[in-house]
Amino acid sequence: MNAKQILTTLMMVLALIVVGSTAMAADMPEQVTIDTMVELFEAVEFDHDMQSELGEDCSVCHHHTTGTGTTDDRCISCHANSDELETVACINCHVSDPFSSEQLSRESQEIYQFHIDRPGLKGAYHWNCTGCHEEMGGPTGCEDCHARTPEGGVFYHKDATGSAGEGGHL
Amino acid sequence: MSGISRRKFLAASVAVGAATTLGGTKKALAAGSFSGYPDGMGVLVDLTRCIGCRSCEAACNKEQKLPDPNLPFDDMSVFDQTFHHGTQKRRTDESAYTVVNRYTPEGSDPIYRKVQCNHCAEPACLSSCSVNAYTKTKEGAVIYNGSVCVGCRNCMIACPFNVPAYSYSSAFGAVVKKCIFYHETRLKDGLPPACVEICPQEALTFGKRKDLLKIGHQRIQTHPGRYIDRIYGEKELGGTHWMYLSPIPVEEVGFDPRPGNEPIISHVKDFLGVVPMVLAIWPALFTGFHLLAKNQEGHEDHEHEIEQQHDEEGGQQ
Repeated sequence: MNAKQILTTLMMVLALIVVGSTAMAADMPEQVTIDTMVELFEAVEFDHDMQSELGEDCSVCHHHTTGTGTTDDRCISCHANSDELETVACINCHVSDPFSSEQLSRESQEIYQFHIDRPGLKGAYHWNCTGCHEEMGGPTGCEDCHARTPEGGVFYHKDATGSAGEGGHL
Repeated sequence: MSGISRRKFLAASVAVGAATTLGGTKKALAAGSFSGYPDGMGVLVDLTRCIGCRSCEAACNKEQKLPDPNLPFDDMSVFDQTFHHGTQKRRTDESAYTVVNRYTPEGSDPIYRKVQCNHCAEPACLSSCSVNAYTKTKEGAVIYNGSVCVGCRNCMIACPFNVPAYSYSSAFGAVVKKCIFYHETRLKDGLPPACVEICPQEALTFGKRKDLLKIGHQRIQTHPGRYIDRIYGEKELGGTHWMYLSPIPVEEVGFDPRPGNEPIISHVKDFLGVVPMVLAIWPALFTGFHLLAKNQEGHEDHEHEIEQQHDEEGGQQ
């Protein structure tokens, strides 16, 4: 292998890396709109750019799906060297209707036996977000992230003004 | 003559008594225990996930069209409320079929526990109801028919979880009220309860009871140290369809440890099996005793008469 060949190979590898990372960055959304509870709460604009800068690596939130490896003891035996998946969005694995009868019957035939008891989308968001926010000192109150809609105010009876303890026979 | 009949009567009584005892035992054995509906649905409540946001209370209130609460559902001061001189935390009542209570064990973060009907496999409320108002459905719910309820409140005394509540506010047609797992409006169609749907933490997992047990045991195994090794409701009181995973002993989050694993009906089943036989045999038995006693009285009267005759004769002499 002469010097020219080595240089060509190096350049090709470099080009691949550049193309790869460009593709990844292009796929990565800057913002994610979370609007699964819009009846009661305004949609949350999740700043994916800012969050991905804070996170040590993608696997903190995306487990093994981004092809960046995983450190979770429970996943590592199968996914230590897993490739990046075609779809890496939360909702692709964490469904928004985890307890619908369709989903429950699908789960009962689940061939991926290690993935039983997978949280739904809402659970996955809240555990990931508030778990990290608690550690990092981020906001953890409901309305810190979710502005309530007028319907939400009615739902929580925000105007109730009775006194505590008027509970009848209790 | 009367001696022979008395002996015969006593022998017959003993035979009947023995038959009753044997018959009773056989019946009690045959009754066995009900193993529940394995395909019935349930909910696994994970106390390590609950953050006490009370959204489940709000969802229940809205969907069941319950009266407006005294305080907003995001008012956390309700956790400080106690009743009966601080011995009792909030409980379910006619205006709230579910409540969340806070427990603060020493050296640990607060733990919140949602209270509602646990939908027992062998419900004590059902056993105690004299008008058959309660039904355990194959879908897993314990429902009741308010139109036949006479308001005796036996179910409130029988329930080991203090769940059924009385509608004291209405003077007419007052009935017992409790969570019915949305049997007609959701469960029959395979839909999860409103409280499960709203829970932001997925502290409530809805599914077939048998699958929930699998999930519960897996969580305990996968997260050593997070839970105590027990699914409350797996065996307790004959099994319940709402079950709990707890990080600390269940007594510390307000569960009464006394009822044990036997369903409440086991304590009365043998006794109740004997009742029909007692009703059939006792009238005959006591009629017999009565006749016997009357016969004895006849003898005494006769003797008395003879004595009187003697006296009279003596008097004449």
